[in-house]
Amino acid sequence: MEQNFVYEWLGQNLGAILLVSVIPLGFVLIYALLAILLELKVASWVQDRLGPMRTGWKGVLQPIAEVFKLLQKEDITPDGTNKPLFNLAPFIMFVAAYAAYAVLPFSSVFVPAGIDLGLFFIFAVGALAIIGIVMGGWASNNKYSILGAMRAASQMVSYEIPAAIVLLAIAALSGTLNMQEIIAQQGGGMQNWFIFGGAGGVLGKVLITPVMIMMFLLYFVASLAETNRTPFDIPEGESEIVAGYHTEYSGMKFAMFFFAEYSNMFIVAALTAILFFGGWQSPFGDFLNHPALQSLWMMLKAGIFVFVQIWLRWTLPRFRVDQLMELGWKTMVPIAFVGFFAVALWAMVR
Amino acid sequence: MAERKTIDYDFGRVDTERMRLNVGPQHPSTHGVLRLEVELEGELVTEVVPHIGYLHRCMEKASEAMTYPQVIPFLDRMDYISSMNNEWPYVMGMEKMLDIKVSERIELIRIIMAELNRIGNHQIAIATFGLDAGAFTPFLFLFRDREMILDLFEAASGGRLLYNYMWIGGLQRDVPPTFKEDCLRIVKTVRETNKEVDNLLLGNRIFVDRTADTGILPADVAISFAASGPVLRGSGIPFDLRRSEPYSLYDRFDFDIPVGRGEVGTVGDSFDRNIVRFREMEESCKIIEQAVAMLPDASEDVRALVPKRIKPPKGEFYCKAENPKGELGLYIVSDGTAKPQRVKARGTSFVNLALLPEISKGYMLADLILILGSIDIVLGEVDR
Amino acid sequence: MAGYFQHIYSGLSTTMVGMKITLEHLFKKKVTLQYPEKWHPITSGHMPLNSRNRIDLDMEECDGCNACSRACPVGCIDIEIVKVAKSETDVPNIKSTGKPRKTWVTKYDIDFALCCFCSLCTDACPTEAIQMTTEFEYSTFHRDDLIYHFSPLSAEEVKEKKEMLAKEKAEAAKAKAEAAAKAKAEAEASGDTESKENSN
Repeated sequence: MEQNFVYEWLGQNLGAILLVSVIPLGFVLIYALLAILLELKVASWVQDRLGPMRTGWKGVLQPIAEVFKLLQKEDITPDGTNKPLFNLAPFIMFVAAYAAYAVLPFSSVFVPAGIDLGLFFIFAVGALAIIGIVMGGWASNNKYSILGAMRAASQMVSYEIPAAIVLLAIAALSGTLNMQEIIAQQGGGMQNWFIFGGAGGVLGKVLITPVMIMMFLLYFVASLAETNRTPFDIPEGESEIVAGYHTEYSGMKFAMFFFAEYSNMFIVAALTAILFFGGWQSPFGDFLNHPALQSLWMMLKAGIFVFVQIWLRWTLPRFRVDQLMELGWKTMVPIAFVGFFAVALWAMVR
Repeated sequence: MAERKTIDYDFGRVDTERMRLNVGPQHPSTHGVLRLEVELEGELVTEVVPHIGYLHRCMEKASEAMTYPQVIPFLDRMDYISSMNNEWPYVMGMEKMLDIKVSERIELIRIIMAELNRIGNHQIAIATFGLDAGAFTPFLFLFRDREMILDLFEAASGGRLLYNYMWIGGLQRDVPPTFKEDCLRIVKTVRETNKEVDNLLLGNRIFVDRTADTGILPADVAISFAASGPVLRGSGIPFDLRRSEPYSLYDRFDFDIPVGRGEVGTVGDSFDRNIVRFREMEESCKIIEQAVAMLPDASEDVRALVPKRIKPPKGEFYCKAENPKGELGLYIVSDGTAKPQRVKARGTSFVNLALLPEISKGYMLADLILILGSIDIVLGEVDR
Repeated sequence: MAGYFQHIYSGLSTTMVGMKITLEHLFKKKVTLQYPEKWHPITSGHMPLNSRNRIDLDMEECDGCNACSRACPVGCIDIEIVKVAKSETDVPNIKSTGKPRKTWVTKYDIDFALCCFCSLCTDACPTEAIQMTTEFEYSTFHRDDLIYHFSPLSAEEVKEKKEMLAKEKAEAAKAKAEAAAKAKAEAEASGDTESKENSN
């Protein structure tokens, strides 16, 4: 399988490698602006408001204005902070968020690094963000920040377990950790997506689909918790601990946290699409399945999940720390185990 | 700052200590400029000390330099969410003092205004309570509806927040000609939105779990702290001045006193206090409907009985009314001149806020914010 | 165990109910308005007619009786008056009463930074000179710009009026003093009144 059309064109030299690593960056920058606009507009429309309307036509340039605002802001490093750690934390967050794009397949002919352990890598790198959060929260020398950082660490560690079990179930179903292969197995129309149990007979699909839907919900909820989105936004729970781990950050460093959050949202949305909804595969088999259109399918599917994340944020109240732990350990982990066994059994008898 | 205490749990070699956290006066959820000094053990609250006075405006002292009608704008600014209700006990007491009997129509208009303001106050209380729990959307739904009430108040009195509408012996102006239809329209919209808010927020599992069994206020504690209003009724005590000591024309109306029943947890928890407010909105809607039906069409001079010069006889009196937040009492000492010698307000928010340290110990920091929200204070009334 | 699953079910179902409501609102008509361009449909272009906003003063009506300033709870009205000199001609009447003006209002300042918009002044005014308007867009960059000077007289005019009154007063005082002196002289002269009267 072609892993990368850039290498096909230019050969595997330094320039090509640079280009490959910059393409996702360009995508992330544009996507983040669109996601911020979507967040602003969905929030306001849900609340019967018009939202930003002044910058550009119907306010479409608002995210750009916000980025400029953040760029202009004074970069404050408060007294008593641990300066090296305080300054490093946002960049670690961003690196962790961006590194995951290295294995994210956008099309059958483009994945920056098509390694065999893609699923494993994306998961490992995603966990790096905790270090950034704890670092930022601790270095800020602020009690609200440290509370937020502690909450974030416990939350992310807890919710990685159900998420990992779901990933394991998918690995059991597909027999691989390479994301290109996982997607390739879901080709040939939407009935072959893993949410419907992958390729197979109708009877088997009917049996396994409820389990897969359950696994999908589990993964989606866990991913919300991992990206600190409402209802799991307790690390930055605005009404209790002001802004959590990034209370003391301002200007560009705050923008980095913000950027990392939106970037993470896309990663988990893309991963949901890859694991359950066929990634870049067209829902209609070979129809509209040109490599260029494949990237559009990928972005559309991921975009829908980003929208659902935003939609949920403006619907639900926030959990409390102990309830969050209870949901994670007492509800999601046992159900994920049950689901994993069901999927594994299905993978064996299929 | 109090000295740091180390807790004597055995964590092996880990040395832990309690953390003192300063919540406010600049904090998103202290409903104004309240400062809470909180002692935390991890996330658990072990001690809360409210510090007040950041919004002190010398309202009581300033009133001593005012003539009797000039006090009313100051009362508006006490609990600025429910200004209409603040004016009422004052004018009621003054009328008793001066021996003025206002017409039934004026009383009915006052009742409608007070009940509309009660709805407005509870809308804000529930909205900010939801906001404390992290739900932003119901907040704006409720504020959107409150706009209608404010529009009506503006058409009647001219002010959107501070009305100076009820005058000693009458009203500032007569109500607009479309008053009745406007009231019924508001009642209809309030009911529709309440249904939506019930589904979106109050029935939500996360919200119920957040509020149930937190900040439990037993009935005897509530009584011993002289709590009133929804805070007291949330603990299951059906005490409402409109029913127990009916003033104005309240004895003619048919309405219920909702009390906390502990549907989802224990009686007297944050959920109960909030749901009492929610149900009171429906009761207020009922009262408004009945009052609108009773309201005579013929207009009259609402200022006919307003005295030109107010000099009450020497003496002192206490007047009270059921505010949205609880019992608002005003103790006024008259020395026979045109200015009161003393105006002392029994601010409900102040009295109810005293409960916070009592009922928030042992819960989490996030619960503390919700308990504070469920008490529904306005710092303008706490500090005066 | 049943409670456990019921809990999960109610969590999911209430979330769905909430999501349905928010989705409906996503496509509903919005209620906010683009304010400076659009106004509330009921009150297009202005605030409701009897809303209480910036005070306006009709100086043709005002004769500086100070009733408003006394009624004001916050003391934001500052009034100074000068009596109309007797010698002065062409004194305008108070419009509503039709009586000639007895005083010049040389200073009528309202500090809108202090004003609490309670409308007590408008009710105290005997001539309805002071009125609340629907005008509310009057923000300024300096606090001093919020002190509105309503007096129609310029500083020179005020000076002139004051001088005129002072002159008149001085004359009156002089005349009084003269009269007193005359009376004294008369008393001293004792009698001989007729000849004096004739001389006058």
